[in-house]
Amino acid sequence: MTPGWFNPVLLVPGIPLAGALLAAMVQDSRFGAAVAIIAAAGGFAAACMLPSELGSTLFLLIDPASAHLSMLTAFVGLTTAIYSRRYIAHELVLGRLDERRVRRYHVLLLSFLGFMLLTLLSNNLGIAWVALEAATISAVLGVGLPRTANAIEASWKFFIICGVGIAMALFGTVVLYLAALPALGPGYGAMTWTELAHAAPQIRSTLLNLAFVFLLVGYGTKAALVPLHSWMPDAHAEGPTPISAVLSGSVLNVALLLILRLRGLMAANSMAIDPGPPIMALGLLSVLFATFSLWGKRDVKRFFAFSSIEQSGLAAFAIGLGTTGAIFAALLHMTLHTLAKSAVYQAVGRAAHRKGGQHFSQITGLIASDPALGITLAAAVIAVAGLPPFGLFASEVLIISETLRTLPWLTPLLTLGLLVGGWKLMSQLVTLCLGPPTEAKGPAAGWLTMMPAWLHLAIIAVLGFAMPVAVANWLVAAARVMPS
Amino acid sequence: MEHIGFGALPYDFAHLLGGVMLLLSFTLLTQRRISATIATYAAQALTLAVAACWQGWVQNEPALYVTGAIAFVAKGVFIPLMLQRSLARLHLRGAREEAMGIFASMALGVALVVLSIMVVLPTTMQAGALTREDLALALSVVLLGLLMMITRRTAFTQVIGFMSLENGLILAAVGVAGMPLVVELSVAVLVLVGFVVFGAFLKRMDTHFHSLDTSVLDQVASENR
Repeated sequence: MTPGWFNPVLLVPGIPLAGALLAAMVQDSRFGAAVAIIAAAGGFAAACMLPSELGSTLFLLIDPASAHLSMLTAFVGLTTAIYSRRYIAHELVLGRLDERRVRRYHVLLLSFLGFMLLTLLSNNLGIAWVALEAATISAVLGVGLPRTANAIEASWKFFIICGVGIAMALFGTVVLYLAALPALGPGYGAMTWTELAHAAPQIRSTLLNLAFVFLLVGYGTKAALVPLHSWMPDAHAEGPTPISAVLSGSVLNVALLLILRLRGLMAANSMAIDPGPPIMALGLLSVLFATFSLWGKRDVKRFFAFSSIEQSGLAAFAIGLGTTGAIFAALLHMTLHTLAKSAVYQAVGRAAHRKGGQHFSQITGLIASDPALGITLAAAVIAVAGLPPFGLFASEVLIISETLRTLPWLTPLLTLGLLVGGWKLMSQLVTLCLGPPTEAKGPAAGWLTMMPAWLHLAIIAVLGFAMPVAVANWLVAAARVMPS
Repeated sequence: MEHIGFGALPYDFAHLLGGVMLLLSFTLLTQRRISATIATYAAQALTLAVAACWQGWVQNEPALYVTGAIAFVAKGVFIPLMLQRSLARLHLRGAREEAMGIFASMALGVALVVLSIMVVLPTTMQAGALTREDLALALSVVLLGLLMMITRRTAFTQVIGFMSLENGLILAAVGVAGMPLVVELSVAVLVLVGFVVFGAFLKRMDTHFHSLDTSVLDQVASENR
C-alpha cells in the first residue's frame, strides 16, 4: 500500500459516498440515476486497483479476501445501478414511488454501497461497526420507500431485528477490546484486526469466548443465519427489487467476511473454544430450515429470499469447516451466489412489472410470452439451484467433498438440504417459465435491458467451466490469508 | 490504574450509578403508562450521563465527558421531549398499554440479571473489579432492554426498550479503560441517526394506521403471505 496523507484505497467507498451526496443535493431524479451509474462505475474502477494495493494501515485492511469481496460488491453495485435506472422510472409510472422518493432511492443505493465497501476494507472493528450500521440504515430506508403498509412493516422489522443484532455486535466489540487489553494495551491496537491476529495467543480466552458469542449473534443476524433471519424475507418481498438484488449478496458477504475473520482470531488462540462447531451449526440449521421454508410461498421475491438464506447458511457452514479448501469453496460460493441471485432478482423485477404482480399465480409462462426475460430467469434460477453449466455446481460439490473429508457424518444432512432446495427451485422454475402465459399488463423487457443479468450469468458460467488460473490462485490466496 | 475495590470512592460511585440504571430498567419493565415510561427512560439516560462523566474523571479521559454530554443533551432531554410531544399530538398522554404481567416480567428480569452475572463474573476473573461489575451491570441493562422490546406491543415502547438497551451498551463502553473515541462516536451516531429513522417510522405509521400497535402490522403481513 502506498504511504502518504491520501490513501487511494479510500476512493473505493469514497466515490459512491460522494455520489450519494451529489445526488442528494440535486433536485432531479434523472440526474440522480446518472450520478448513481457514474459513481458506482467509479467505485468499481477504484476497487479493481485493490489487488495491487494489498497491505494494512491502522484503519484499512486490504488482503485478498477483502479486495475480492470489494470488487464483487462494487461490480454488483454497478450493474444494479444500471438496472435501476429503467426499473425505478417504471415504478414512477406505476405510482408506487413519487419523484422525491425516486431521488431518495438513488441516494440510498449509493450510500448503502459506499458503507458496505467501507465495512469490507476497514481494519478497525469500531469503524467496521459504524459503517455496517450506516449501511443498514440506508437499506432500511430503501426498503421502506414504497409507502405501502407492507413495506413499512418490513422495514420496521428489518430495523428492529438488525438494530438489536448490531447492538449485540457492539457489545461483542467492547468485550473483545477488554479481552485484548492486557496483550495490546489501551488504544486502537486492541480494536484492529491485524494487531489482534498478531496477539491472538495472548488474548484472554474467557473474555474472547464471550466476545465471540456476541459478535457471532450480531453479525450472524446480518448474515441472515437461522434463527436470526426473519428480517430478510419481508425486506426482500416488500422493498424495491434492485435493493433486494444488492441486499441478497452484499450484506451477507460483508457479515460472512467478519465472521471469517473472527473465526481466524478464535482459532489462533489455543485456550478459546473451537469456533467451528457453532458456526457450522448455524450454517447447517439455515440450510435445512430455509430449504423446507421454500414450500408454500406465494410471493416470488419472498421465495428467493429463503433461497438466499440457504446459500448464506451453506457459505457459513464452509467457513465453520475452516480448512483452506472449505474457505476457498466458501469464497467462491459467495461470489457466484451474489452474481446469480442478483441476476434472479433483476429478472424477477422485470417480470413483476410485465405481469403486474409478484405472486407465482400472476407470473407463469414467461418463456412463451417474453422469451428474453423467460430464458434469463430460467438460466439464473438454474444457476442458483446449483446445476451445471454454472459455477455454483462446482462450489457446492467442493463444499460437500470437504465435508466428506473432515466430518463425513454431516454430509447426508447437508446434501439432503441442497438437493431438496435445488429440486424445489427447479419445480418453481417450471411454474414461472413454462405453462400457459398470464396476461401481460406492463411494458415488455427487451434483450438489452437484460444485459446486466447476462453479464452475471456469463461470469458464473466461465468460473464454473473454465476458471482462469489467475482467478483460482487469487481465491486460494484469499483463503490462505485467513488463519485457521 | 491500581486495583480498585469496595470502599474506594471511584468504585463505589460507579457501582452505585450502574445499580441505579439497572433499577430504572426494572422500572421500565413494569411501567404501564407510556408517558411515565418515557420519563423513566430519560432518568436512565441522565444517570448514564453522570456515569460517563464520572468515568471520565476517574480514568482522566476527557473524551468521556463528550459521551456524557451527548447522553445528557440528546437522550436525557431532547429525545424524551420529542417523544412526549408526539404522544400529546396523538392524544395518548394518559394512555396505558397491555404488557406481560408484572410478576412474570419481574421474574424474567431477575433471571436475566442472574444470567448476566453468571456469564460475566467467571469470564472476567483476571480483570479489575470495576470492569467486572460494570460489565455485568451493563449486560443486565442490555438484556432487560431486549426483554422490554419483546414484552411490549406498541412501537413507542419498543423504541424505548431499544434505546434503553443502547444505554447499557454505552455503560459497557465507558467502563472499559482507554477504549478509543471511535466507540463513543459510533454510538452517538447510532443514537442520533437511529432516532431520525425511528421518528420517520413513527410518523409514517401514524399517517397510515392512526395507531401505533405493531400487531396491526403483523396482521397485514400474514394476510399477504
